[in-house]
Amino acid sequence: MAWSDILLRTLKDNEVRLVAYVPDNVLTPLIDGIAADDYFLPVGATREDEAVATATGAYMAGLRSAVMMQTSGFALIGNALASLVVPYQIPAILVISERGTMGEFNLVQTLMARTMRPTLDALGIVHHTMTDESTLRFILDSSIKQAFTTQAPVAFILSPLLTGGNPAAQAQLI
Amino acid sequence: MTGGIHDGRPGRVSNERSSVATLSRAVLTRRLVERLQREEAVIAGIGNSNFDLIAAGHRAQNFYMLGSMGLACPIALGVALAQPQRGVIALEGDGSILMMLGCLATIANMRPANLTIIIWDNGIYQITGKQATATSGPTDIVALARGAGFARSEWVADAAHFDALLERGFATGGPSLLAAKIDDQPGQGRPPRDPSLIRRRFMRGLGASSE
Repeated sequence: MAWSDILLRTLKDNEVRLVAYVPDNVLTPLIDGIAADDYFLPVGATREDEAVATATGAYMAGLRSAVMMQTSGFALIGNALASLVVPYQIPAILVISERGTMGEFNLVQTLMARTMRPTLDALGIVHHTMTDESTLRFILDSSIKQAFTTQAPVAFILSPLLTGGNPAAQAQLI
Repeated sequence: MTGGIHDGRPGRVSNERSSVATLSRAVLTRRLVERLQREEAVIAGIGNSNFDLIAAGHRAQNFYMLGSMGLACPIALGVALAQPQRGVIALEGDGSILMMLGCLATIANMRPANLTIIIWDNGIYQITGKQATATSGPTDIVALARGAGFARSEWVADAAHFDALLERGFATGGPSLLAAKIDDQPGQGRPPRDPSLIRRRFMRGLGASSE
């Protein structure tokens, strides 16, 4: 099974139905898969903090939810995490495709990527960097269950080692 | 007033911001809460929107934001999608909605029939020292929502019109946006300062948790 199929399957197995997202190249198989499966309720948001808020509302009303974004989108959600998700103890499932590392051509993206883990650490949000298909299912499934059981958010950072990254973002020497 | 949009009621033309009455957020919030007979969810934005909501009497289906300015409407969207049978109301200020205008486009596209947004527009960032917002100039929230794709977006002409708009109920016919021009009186109540308590009460109130 492809990494994207494993991820969607695991969301489904844990009854995560609403997925709010801002698109990204690497997330395309996830977004397409959600659109193609009536089980899921996709919400295309205009900003990542908006997506986090909609997922929060859905969770509080009894519908499990996840948020998908790219590294640079993560940089927009500091306020939503620090003043909504963390203090209100929302088990937000954050799926972040990682740009800005391993051959990134764009300096801007590399700086965005560097703020991500320190921000998660500062807020005490558990995060896992997903690099390997063989451990993907275990990490996702156990951590999603932990999030809902402990009322705590979790971030899954999808490394280029897992996804192959965005070919259009690869640095080239000329 | 330059032109107007027919609001669907015979002989009545909705009012642009410059021509509507200036009302009291506290009074309108009390009128709203009195109309809520079906355990509707109310998500109140940071500051005065939720101060006046709790001043109207705490309800088990109230959610009070202590931060995250601008996110009342996106939170309400999530609640509305999760519970399509329940009326859901977002209370938000002009400064807050200006921070998150994109959510109007998202909501118009998702078309939750059970979502009503009420904007309290006094043209100022009241709580930070009454600095002017863009709506004190040419910016019109009702027009912005129409442009985003809201079929129902209208100014509240006066208190009687507000009551008439609430008569429609909240479970169907949305998404709707109502904007009321309000004065600069501060909200009187204060929500609890315990975020997890607010969440737990709200989830119980929505039947999403038995804790």
